[in-house]
Amino acid sequence: MIGDLNMVDFLLQFLSQFDGIDVIKAFSAIGAGTAMIAGVGPGIGQGFAAGKGAEAVGIRPDSQSDIVRTMLLGAAVAETTGIYGLIVALILLFANPFF
Amino acid sequence: MEGPKIYGEIFGLTITQTVVNTWICMAIAIILCYLLTRNMKKIPGKAQVIAETLVTVMDNLVAQTMGKDKMKFAPYMLSLILFLAVSNTAGIYGLRSPTADLNCTIALALMTFFMTQFFGFKSKGVGGYLKSFLEPMPFLLPINIIGELANPVSLSFRLFGNLLGGGIIMALLYSALAGLIFFPVLIPIPFHFYFDIFSGLLQSFIFTMLSMVFISGAMD
Repeated sequence: MIGDLNMVDFLLQFLSQFDGIDVIKAFSAIGAGTAMIAGVGPGIGQGFAAGKGAEAVGIRPDSQSDIVRTMLLGAAVAETTGIYGLIVALILLFANPFF
Repeated sequence: MEGPKIYGEIFGLTITQTVVNTWICMAIAIILCYLLTRNMKKIPGKAQVIAETLVTVMDNLVAQTMGKDKMKFAPYMLSLILFLAVSNTAGIYGLRSPTADLNCTIALALMTFFMTQFFGFKSKGVGGYLKSFLEPMPFLLPINIIGELANPVSLSFRLFGNLLGGGIIMALLYSALAGLIFFPVLIPIPFHFYFDIFSGLLQSFIFTMLSMVFISGAMD
């Protein structure tokens, strides 16, 4: 409790002293940064794929080209969710529908 | 990185920077193919060896991924990967890459999507094609339809996101280097090597590979 307001009301009253567009811009930037948390997932997935690929090359060095190709394909598919996050961030920053 | 500029209109069609750069990339690919394949001989010269290697590598790739009975897709896939390789590396010679525009990548992904549907329809017949949506269980029909429609979206967004992300990072790097006095020429070289050559060629390979996997998966 701050004064006679609770936290949410205080925040809303604090934000209402700014121009509406400025608030939207600020929260869009925060949202773009938050959307890039999606980059964690593909990082883990691609690292896992690369580790398994290295393991497989260690076991069968003669079929390296097949393993590398399959690994790159899997890594590219695992990357998709991260790209979605990137696109959401780009839309919020450069093609924002709200302003 | 700015969006593609709009140059004008021809017959109601908007000519953007993407369209012009696509023409340039197509011209480069066509001239390259012409230079590599003119005056072919039985005993090949240097240019002919390069052309033959490209065709052989692509034939082997198609035979491995799609199967020996689908060799008729090899020319399409080779032209797709040639166009993508030229346009993804367009950042090196100072063009805005045409694939860093969602319109271009969506067009390419829709071509793959319609080929997937058409050849699936053709090789399975009406009943088999419709039945493939009910597998493994009939109540999964909506999931199957959504999954089918998600393919072109994920294909196009993957290419677009990678190329645009690389372009934005290069633009940020150049704007940061503008205030630098020492070696502003040498620093972008490794970044260009990674974002344009490595990432661009890898993405064009992946787009072509996924197209092959989708089409052959729909056919058998």
